[in-house]
Amino acid sequence: MILYALRRIAGAIPTLFVIITLTFFMMRAAPGGPFDSERRLPPEIERNLKAAYDLDKPLVQQYLIYLGKAAQGDFGPSFKNKDFTVAQLIATGLPVSARLGLWAMALALLIGTTLGILAALRQNRWQDYSVMSVAMLGITIPTFVTAPLLTLAFGIYGVTIFGQEFSLPVGGWNNGAWRNMVLPVTVLALPQIAIISRLMRGAMVEVLRANYIRTARAKGLPATQIVLSHALRAASLPLVSYMGPALAAVLTGSLVVEQIFGLPGIGRYFVQGALNRDYTLVMGVVICYACLIIALNFLADMIYGILDPRVRLK
Amino acid sequence: MSALLEISDLNVHFATADGDVHAVKEASLTIQESECLGVVGESGSGKSQLFLAAFGLLAGNGKASGSVKYRGTEILSAPTGQLNKLRGSAVTMIFQDPLTSLTPHMRVGKQIMEALMLHRNVQSDAAQKQAREMLDYVRIPESARRMRQYPHELSGGMRQRVMIAMATITGPDLIIADEPTTALDVTVQAQILEILRALKNDRKTAIALVSHDMGVIAGLADRVQVMRYGEIVESGAVDDVFYAPRHDYTRMLLDALPKAGETPAPAKALGGPLLTVEDLTVGFPITDKGLLGKTRTLRAVDGISFTLHQGETLGVVGESGCGKSTLARAVLQLLPKSGGRVVWLGRDLDTATQSDIRKLREDFQIVFQDPLASLDPRMPVGVSISEPLKALEPHLSRDAVRQKVRAMMQRVGLDPAWINRYPHELSGGQNQRVGLARAMIVGPQMLVCDEAVSALDVSIQAQIVALIRDLQAETGLALIFISHDLSVVRRLSHRVMVLYLGRVVEMAPSDALYTDPRHPYTRALLSAVLSPDPRLERQRKRELLTGDLPSPLDPRAQLTFLKSKLDQPDYRPRLIQAAPGHFVAEHD
Repeated sequence: MILYALRRIAGAIPTLFVIITLTFFMMRAAPGGPFDSERRLPPEIERNLKAAYDLDKPLVQQYLIYLGKAAQGDFGPSFKNKDFTVAQLIATGLPVSARLGLWAMALALLIGTTLGILAALRQNRWQDYSVMSVAMLGITIPTFVTAPLLTLAFGIYGVTIFGQEFSLPVGGWNNGAWRNMVLPVTVLALPQIAIISRLMRGAMVEVLRANYIRTARAKGLPATQIVLSHALRAASLPLVSYMGPALAAVLTGSLVVEQIFGLPGIGRYFVQGALNRDYTLVMGVVICYACLIIALNFLADMIYGILDPRVRLK
Repeated sequence: MSALLEISDLNVHFATADGDVHAVKEASLTIQESECLGVVGESGSGKSQLFLAAFGLLAGNGKASGSVKYRGTEILSAPTGQLNKLRGSAVTMIFQDPLTSLTPHMRVGKQIMEALMLHRNVQSDAAQKQAREMLDYVRIPESARRMRQYPHELSGGMRQRVMIAMATITGPDLIIADEPTTALDVTVQAQILEILRALKNDRKTAIALVSHDMGVIAGLADRVQVMRYGEIVESGAVDDVFYAPRHDYTRMLLDALPKAGETPAPAKALGGPLLTVEDLTVGFPITDKGLLGKTRTLRAVDGISFTLHQGETLGVVGESGCGKSTLARAVLQLLPKSGGRVVWLGRDLDTATQSDIRKLREDFQIVFQDPLASLDPRMPVGVSISEPLKALEPHLSRDAVRQKVRAMMQRVGLDPAWINRYPHELSGGQNQRVGLARAMIVGPQMLVCDEAVSALDVSIQAQIVALIRDLQAETGLALIFISHDLSVVRRLSHRVMVLYLGRVVEMAPSDALYTDPRHPYTRALLSAVLSPDPRLERQRKRELLTGDLPSPLDPRAQLTFLKSKLDQPDYRPRLIQAAPGHFVAEHD
């Protein structure tokens, strides 16, 4: 097991190297540069700026310099947010995004699997059809629609539940106060609930037809025990494969949600960095995202092996 | 006193995409205390659905009506809660195919304990102890270690024993055994039937034994019911049904079975040698688990030599894992060999190029076991049959191909009008005819049948065997007939070769092998063969092999029957001619 883990970590290094190389050169192939703006800078200043950031050197040399520094953990200064290094930006933004993402995924797992199991147990009956229709809505309605709608309902008008006026802040981080997190977490979780419940239903329907479920029924086990100890493990395998990349995507934040709720996450850096040709920032967030994907996929494979003893980790 | 189980006028319907299927029609039966009722029928006869329906285990689209009484209480369509008190407690089930019927991610110990803890309120420690005793009872060695293993880590026979342990641990009054030995090797089948017999005799457990195999029923059942197309067509005491069958279908089932003492195919005058195999070896690299996984070679075929003559049938028998399919594939150049020679009509195939071998494919063809799985599901059967022709005789015109396909379909007993049907629209037997037609259309000189009839119902099996025999008589075809079923091999073969862990343990003319087996392994195999003769089966003392087949990776496994040479682990038993043409491997 330890050997397997070490081998996977060693295998991740070339992957990362390829990602860094590709991103670096693709980024540079795009026209424009970090210091282009509507107001052209005087040539001397531009030359000095470029020299300061090594941008005047040949591309391959720049690439080697970047690789060398990145290997030591130095991802350079951000070209646009001049007072911060890339590492600093990620270090302040990632915890915010990750915290929102984790809560959203936890919520989505809890609700999604429950709904999925329910739909599978009541296959082709009204419970199944309603869960699946709602899930379809959850997948098709984009977050930039649900976010403003929820903001309107809970932030602007306020909703009265059990005679209690219920209102939530419509934006701001406020050091992660739970009231500020409710709406963004919900918006992030909704499409995930939909996807997870559909995945869970599909897998569960399949597993419930298996011969060993018939054996469990023939043993006289009650339905809950059949689902929990005989069916659930096998049925959650597709979910585990999905969760690796999905979690990486959710943890690294969403531009839409962060813009609408005014949150200081890193989701916006992907888009802002790319638009501004903020080379170092884009490189930084891509590396961060790649590391997360690699780590989470590794975790998913480990969990896969635990859930299904027939899968041997080699 | 009321019967233990009384089923009357049970009907089972399934709502399918093709409309309503009436799977069980007005079936009635009773099972008394500690009685064994055999239910025989071919696939699709509704024999399994009958019992699943009785205990509320039908699939979602199934509906049952009628009456099922357990000790006088109506249980059909009883609420699940009430059924759950019965299922797994007083009535338990053993299913076919234990690999898919056991939960793959749960340790077998836990699966055995589950019903006990639920129904008998036994605490975990006590349940563990009882489960271990149960594993000992079904003769699984090292029970403590086995308890912690997962189903996929056990052999097929052991899994079925786990199933039996699971079904027996709560001390039920009735065990429903649904094809409990199907797909198991004959020696393992004999062991499983011994355990069921012990349950019936020692524990006085009533057993409903559902099987397509009259031989399985003969030795164990007190009464027999025969089912066809969802109806019970005959029922009676076992001796009456077997010795004086009244219904035509029962008679047909019994006639379809090869009986002890039946004469094999007449040996026609044999031609010259067609195929010579010398010291053939096929190895697969196996990498050990763990830190320093070292690679060892598993010798699936370990030095086999034989000669096949024109027009001859060579039977190859052995249990799963003995290398019989590997042998076939290596001979046909479908697998690379690691040593030895294959000589076809005097020509060493090592000297043949890839394109030579492609041409030779016209001369040797193969028919596989699972007819449905080995045909392309998206290809009409006519196209499947014509493919070898198109590949090997590309000069033929489309019309000529079509004509040949139609003629061949006719020859193997298929309606030529079905040329555009798909495999799923045909039955298993018809699909196997397609497989035969596909192999025969290029006019081969040698045909390899790799378990070609094993997946078929007995009546269909007999038809296909007859067809193969006819084709051979007509064309002078040489056959290598591979099967784990010794009685089918006997019906067709002139000579028989018995394999054990990749080596020949005995090779002899068919008659000599079956009447005068010399090697202890052959004797054990033969004594494990069931015959549809209840009196014989009841008296018979079997030479049972105990335990599982040893691992082929264990170098000493080859010396299982030659213990005196165990001090030389690399020693290989030699073949010795015991009588003219009768070769036996050295044994103690």
